[in-house]
Amino acid sequence: MFKQAIENLGNRTIQGVWRMGFAVRFFVAILLHSGTAFRRFGLTIREMYFTGVLSLIIILVSGLFVGMVLGLQGYETLQRYGSESALGTLVALSLVRELGPVLAGLLFASRAGSAITAEIGLMKATEQLSAMEMMAVDPIARVVAPRFWAGVVSMPLLAALFSALGIFGGYLVGVKLIGVDEGSFWSQMQGAVDFEQDILNGVIKSVVFGIAITAIALFEGYDAPPTAEGVSGATTRTVVTSSLAVLALDFVLTAFMFRGLN
Amino acid sequence: MQNDNLVEIEDAVFGYGARPVLKGINLTAKRGQVVAIMGSSGCGKTTLLRMIGGQIKPGQGTVRVAGESLGELDRAGLYRLRRKMGMLFQFGALFTDISVFDNVAFQLREHTDLPEDAIRDLVLMKLNAVGLRGAARLMPSELSGGMARRVALARAIALEPMLVMYDEPFAGLDPISLGVTGNLIRRLTDTLGLTSLVVTHDVQESLKIVDYVYFVSEGVIVAEGTADDIRASELPYVHQFVHGESDGPVPFHYPAPRYADDLRLGGLSV
Amino acid sequence: MNKTILDLWVGLFVIAGIVALLFLALKVGSMSTVNSSDSYEVVARFENIGGLKVRAPVKSAGVVVGRVADIRFDNEKYEAAVTLRLDKRYSFPKDTSAAIMTSGLLGEQYIGLEPGGDSEKLKDKDRILITQDAVVLENLIGQFLYGKAQEGAPK
Repeated sequence: MFKQAIENLGNRTIQGVWRMGFAVRFFVAILLHSGTAFRRFGLTIREMYFTGVLSLIIILVSGLFVGMVLGLQGYETLQRYGSESALGTLVALSLVRELGPVLAGLLFASRAGSAITAEIGLMKATEQLSAMEMMAVDPIARVVAPRFWAGVVSMPLLAALFSALGIFGGYLVGVKLIGVDEGSFWSQMQGAVDFEQDILNGVIKSVVFGIAITAIALFEGYDAPPTAEGVSGATTRTVVTSSLAVLALDFVLTAFMFRGLN
Repeated sequence: MQNDNLVEIEDAVFGYGARPVLKGINLTAKRGQVVAIMGSSGCGKTTLLRMIGGQIKPGQGTVRVAGESLGELDRAGLYRLRRKMGMLFQFGALFTDISVFDNVAFQLREHTDLPEDAIRDLVLMKLNAVGLRGAARLMPSELSGGMARRVALARAIALEPMLVMYDEPFAGLDPISLGVTGNLIRRLTDTLGLTSLVVTHDVQESLKIVDYVYFVSEGVIVAEGTADDIRASELPYVHQFVHGESDGPVPFHYPAPRYADDLRLGGLSV
Repeated sequence: MNKTILDLWVGLFVIAGIVALLFLALKVGSMSTVNSSDSYEVVARFENIGGLKVRAPVKSAGVVVGRVADIRFDNEKYEAAVTLRLDKRYSFPKDTSAAIMTSGLLGEQYIGLEPGGDSEKLKDKDRILITQDAVVLENLIGQFLYGKAQEGAPK
């Protein structure tokens, strides 16, 4: 019984380490074979349509609503201390530093990440990747790398759109609906939000999330067992793993960026 | 040296993990011939094809295609050689996100700098050869199984390869498509001067078109010969296979304990 | 999907994303991190800076004229040396005084500059001589209580 448990643990560890090694090699292979993704930029643009443009609706709508809720809740809390003029600051800082990159990342993982995994997994299950290899075309260069770069480019743009729409939503609720002074809403915001410290760090976060989500999604698809259950399981794992990765990375990055651990 | 044999396999051994799949295969395919590799499901036929395509390397022995040993080639060399090979996968493996036309044009666009006009003509010629010129604008999801396989065949011969491999080209086809596909393989082999390697378990259909047959069972070649040799063969395994008998050297039952023991009849005392 | 339509959509997406980034950079944030090319630095020494932080605003007459660039502890004089990065557009007399102030009762701390009357102006790497420390609330309360106790004590 006990021996069995230890054997199980050992087996799982070996499997885990093996998978990690495979994932790292896969990631390195993507970077090494990225030439095609840039030389034939049309391939990357095509994938940007599927990862970026098709994620637009959910990102824009969610951003607007999150901003509106922030406006309402922020006002409720701030007016207790008589500082409702700081509403702009609250909405902008929360969105630009945290909610924009993180929520856009989570939505991106479930919208685009799962689609990438399912597509690659099905291409593998239907032997399309093998066929490509037999035609002397490297699937990593032709299929995987363009999707990777499309994801890495799309993610910061989506996060910026999320934040911008969110601030607009906060403005709608705070200024137009509740009646916070428009001048102090914007000027307090501008006084408190710093380009380098807040906005640039937010963009860096979203780029890192983009790399993590897309790499996880591609790996899960490429590694998926070529069966229906295999692909559906890999799709679920993509969403779970990349969401956790976004949250964990967010903590690490926040600690470095805003706590002055430098 | 221009060898008469396009594919030569000597003593190839391969296993997935500890499970041996191929236990010493010797096989040659002459240029211009249609060679069939037959055997029951799971006997290692597809593994053999993957080995000739260079997707897996033999544990022992050599695999030579056009005189080049696959085990010794680096990645670039392998890719160079693969441009001269075509492979037809079991269910076609068409790229589902692009049209029939773009599927056939895929290799031309990847590997040549031909202008789009020339590619158009070449693609339509290949599609015409498989009788599907009219379907050029369709998407793969709009094709029937037999049509998809013919498109895949047109794609496999797009670069005028010297060797085309077919993985179960007859599986799951209706009788008409079956005859069409069989005839296509024979005709393309003769007109384009290529060599065809057909992995199949459809004996009747393939015996009509092949020049030479290898029988694989449990990782070794058990019989070989021309189509007539095979039909006349007295080897029990081949006889069972050709005539589709349910029991014989290949047992109907998967190895199992004694039936009575499994049903626990032995333990009952009356 | 037609290739030109696809390209068009991706183009629109990229433009929208860049517009959003510009909106964040220009309208939401202020590009106020004065970069070193059009700014100059002066040093002010304080005995106590309270809760002053790097990047706190430097204001004069209520207008932000720069930011705190650096705070260090001088181990010889046991003082805080605060480097102020001021916008080149604003110049101050040499005898300007610096004070650490608090916006509101509990708000963030900033440095207030009170211009003097000298005709010579502050230059890069100059030092502000007259400074006023931060008001530390605890000290203030302590003093107040001490004073009350003194009042109540029998003569």
